Amino acid sequence: MSNIALAITGDIAVLGYGLAAIGPGVGVGLIFAAVINGTARQPEAQSKLQSIAWIGFGVTEVLAIIGIALAFVFKGQAGS
Amino acid sequence: MSAGVPTQFQPPGPQNFETPPIFSGVDWFTKPVLVATLSVIVIVWFFWGASRKAAVVPSKLQFAGELGYNFVRNSIARDAIGSRDYMKFVPYLCGLFFFILFNNVAATIPLIQFPTFSHIGWAYVAAIMSWVIYNAVGIKKKGLWGYFKHQTMPAGVPVWLMPLMIPIEFISNILVRPVSLSLRLFANMFAGHILLLVFVLGGEYMVFETGSIALGGVGILTFLMGLAIAGLELFVQCIQAYIFVVLTAQYIGSAIADEH
Repeated sequence: MSNIALAITGDIAVLGYGLAAIGPGVGVGLIFAAVINGTARQPEAQSKLQSIAWIGFGVTEVLAIIGIALAFVFKGQAGS
Repeated sequence: MSAGVPTQFQPPGPQNFETPPIFSGVDWFTKPVLVATLSVIVIVWFFWGASRKAAVVPSKLQFAGELGYNFVRNSIARDAIGSRDYMKFVPYLCGLFFFILFNNVAATIPLIQFPTFSHIGWAYVAAIMSWVIYNAVGIKKKGLWGYFKHQTMPAGVPVWLMPLMIPIEFISNILVRPVSLSLRLFANMFAGHILLLVFVLGGEYMVFETGSIALGGVGILTFLMGLAIAGLELFVQCIQAYIFVVLTAQYIGSAIADEH
C-alpha cells in the first residue's frame, strides 16, 4: 500500500478489461454501419447483407467476449 | 437466508459453473453430460421421425426436419465449400450445428438452464474435431507440402514478403483457428450465463435480502430486465451455433479450394 494520499488502488485487470472492450465495440459499430449504408443504397440487398453481418459480428464480438472471460481468470489469479 | 437480515451479495463468477455428479457413485455423470446425452437422443429422434415416412407432400415433422437440414446443407455447406465437394461434409456440419444449437438453447430451457459449452472442455473437442477435419481434408487433397504452401503462401505475394507472410499465415490459419473457434463458443456461453445470473441473483438479493423497500422495487425491475436478457441470450445462443458451423465450413472450403 502506497503512502501517497491520492494513490489509486485496486486490480489493474479491471482497467485491462475496459480497454479491451473498446476495439470490438468500434468494430461491431463499423460492421452494422456498413450494413445500414448498403441497405440504404440498395434495399433489395438487405437480406444478403444481414447474413454477412452476423458472420462478421460473431468474429468481431469474440474479442470482447474473450475480454470478459479473461477478466474472471485474471481476477481469480489475483485473488489466489 | 432469514427474512429481514441483510447478507453480503455474492457476485456470480466461475464458482456458479460447478456441476456436482448427479449420482454419488459416478463422478463423471454431471449435468452437462446429462444434457448432452439428452440432446443427442432428441436430435436423433427428431430427424428419424422427420425422415421416416418421407412423402412427396410432407407432413409437418418432415417439413421441419427438411427445413433444418436444408438450412445447413444449402446456405452453410454449399455456399462455403462449393457445389462440387460439399455433400461429404454435410453430415458432420448438420450434426454439429444441431448439437451445438440444442446444447446452447438448453441454457434457456427451464429446469436445465445450463449451457453445456460453458465448460470449456466441450468447446475444445468440437474445435479440435473441426481442426482435424479441415487439415486432414486439405492434406489429403494437396499433399502435406502442397497444403502448407496453399495455406501459408497465398498467390500473388512477392518473394521478399514471404519470410513475413509464412509465419503470420501459419499462426493465423493453422494455430489460432481452433483456439478462436473454441474460445468464441465457450466465452459467449460463459459470459451469457453470468449475465443472466447477475440480473436474476441481483434481483433476488435486492428483493429479499436487503432491508429496504425501495431496493426491493428496483429488484423487481432488475428481475424483469433479466427476462429481456434471456431473450437476448437466446438470440446469441442461436447465432453462436450458426457461426461455429459457418466458420468450420469456410475453413474446409478454403482448405480444399483450387488455386485460381
